[in-house]
Amino acid sequence: MIRPLLSLGLLACAAMVLALGLGSVTVPLPDLWQVVQGEGSALNRTLLMDLRLPRTLAAFATGGLLAVAGALMQVLLRNPLADPYVLGLSGGAAVGALLAMLAGMGTLLISGSAFAGALLATLLVFGLAHGTGSWTPSRLLLTGVVVAAGWGAVITLMLAITPSYKLPGMLYWLMGDVSYARTPWPAMIVLVFSIVLIMPLARNLNVLARGPMQAAALGVAVRPLEWTIYLLASLLTATAVTTAGSIGFVGLIVPHMLRLVLGNDQRIILPASALAGGTLLVLADTLARTAIAPEQLPVGVITALLGVPTFLYLLHRSR
Amino acid sequence: MSTLHSRDLVINIPGRSDGFPLNLNIESGQTWGVLGPNGAGKTTLLHTLAGLLPARSGQVVLNDASLKELKRRDIARKMGLVFQERQDSFPATVMETALIGRHPWLSPWESEQGEDQALAEQALAALEVDHLSDRMLNTLSGGERQRVAIATLMTQNPDVWLLDEPTNHLDLHHQVKVMNLLRDQAQSGKAVFMCLHDLNLAARWCSHVLLLYANGDACWGRADSMLEPSALEQLYNQKLVTVVADGASLFVPVRSGSKLQNG
Repeated sequence: MIRPLLSLGLLACAAMVLALGLGSVTVPLPDLWQVVQGEGSALNRTLLMDLRLPRTLAAFATGGLLAVAGALMQVLLRNPLADPYVLGLSGGAAVGALLAMLAGMGTLLISGSAFAGALLATLLVFGLAHGTGSWTPSRLLLTGVVVAAGWGAVITLMLAITPSYKLPGMLYWLMGDVSYARTPWPAMIVLVFSIVLIMPLARNLNVLARGPMQAAALGVAVRPLEWTIYLLASLLTATAVTTAGSIGFVGLIVPHMLRLVLGNDQRIILPASALAGGTLLVLADTLARTAIAPEQLPVGVITALLGVPTFLYLLHRSR
Repeated sequence: MSTLHSRDLVINIPGRSDGFPLNLNIESGQTWGVLGPNGAGKTTLLHTLAGLLPARSGQVVLNDASLKELKRRDIARKMGLVFQERQDSFPATVMETALIGRHPWLSPWESEQGEDQALAEQALAALEVDHLSDRMLNTLSGGERQRVAIATLMTQNPDVWLLDEPTNHLDLHHQVKVMNLLRDQAQSGKAVFMCLHDLNLAARWCSHVLLLYANGDACWGRADSMLEPSALEQLYNQKLVTVVADGASLFVPVRSGSKLQNG
């Protein structure tokens, strides 16, 4: 049970070393090691400690947050298609961020506005799906999908009326870009705390995956658990979107890939999602920085380009 | 040893009048069969007794405590339920499914230990599905899945066993196997309460019977006193002939003129 997590942890470390070493200037391993020990040239130290390390950690935390949020949503809705993006949470965040950009606000306010948008989207979807009291996964999923389509229309409308000099920044944000991350620590802290919080509930989630009635018959307090998961997944998504804009596919694909390989025990899937999601985004961001350097690509495009074929291959192989 | 009581219980069937309130005492050693036509409320009753659906009035009492006052986890240690319909949204193996039954017995940080594994293996063997333990659930036949569900309840090992048509999808041999298993469990101290569609299974294996009529009327008692042909004909609105075979009364539906005159 611990072995897959160890392998994923090693993979994550390797990806981070790669991310630190590669870029517009390549830093070889011995020089990396010197900086870790507090030595090395001042240039290398600035490059690694002030630029690449925060960005790498931000990428890792964002990927982890999105993957865990996706894994939680999939169990909550008992639907493998569920994901924070499908449910319109990122749409709300995007509208919030674009509004702030249109108003010419600074980076901090853009982040705050994105966070508020994600939470608003959460409340909207959950409130509407909850409505008359009957709260079924299919209803929540459908509400989310429709609300997400609504956000999509609002985003298009905003882009259409935006003066053209503001468009590139907005498009970059919509495609997801880790270079927006000012500091990795809020995302890192939320990721670690949520994993610590969710691990004792992981077996409850296994039971919930068998349906709410079966879960209740096996001693799970279903409604409080569902609220906890939904709020937690929303918080994770809001934090991720605030850190790095709207990055798709990670939340949908990473938990899926892991399930195909590791089975569906949430005690493994949740921490594995954090590690694998983080690793995927670190690698994707490294590629985004280096592929056509010194130009940078939006990382969301890379996650999609990497994720889709990998996912299709695993799905094809599994049966 | 636990007992399950219902006090003036009226189950909530939408659009039906209250009918006859149920005062059941389901005790250790008893094997109950619930008989009734489609839509009479057998499944609703089972879910209400398990505390999964609210009753219209009255209450369900598990060992002197009303279900409403108990935590779900404490209920699940005393009482388990095999559902008629199951959701298998995510793939899982037979062994993982059986081990789910240990959930109420483990604290949040605990994982299944060797003894949990052993209990699951015993249960799977008792239901003759141990050879499938590494198979994915969604590759099994309906009858095999039904046996895995019963094995999961056996792994949960509560005092009160509620089962919704446990012989669904089962071949003859496994119907007998399951009914024998349930009777043996009752004789070793469990209380077994199950919905059945097969009159003859109830007649041959149940110690107590509850007849649930479509209009909400109900009567219950020892099986030998309850299984009167006239009452059963009334229950199903179906003429029956009674034959004695293998030392027990068997009820066979009449082929022609099947409707009762006054039905």
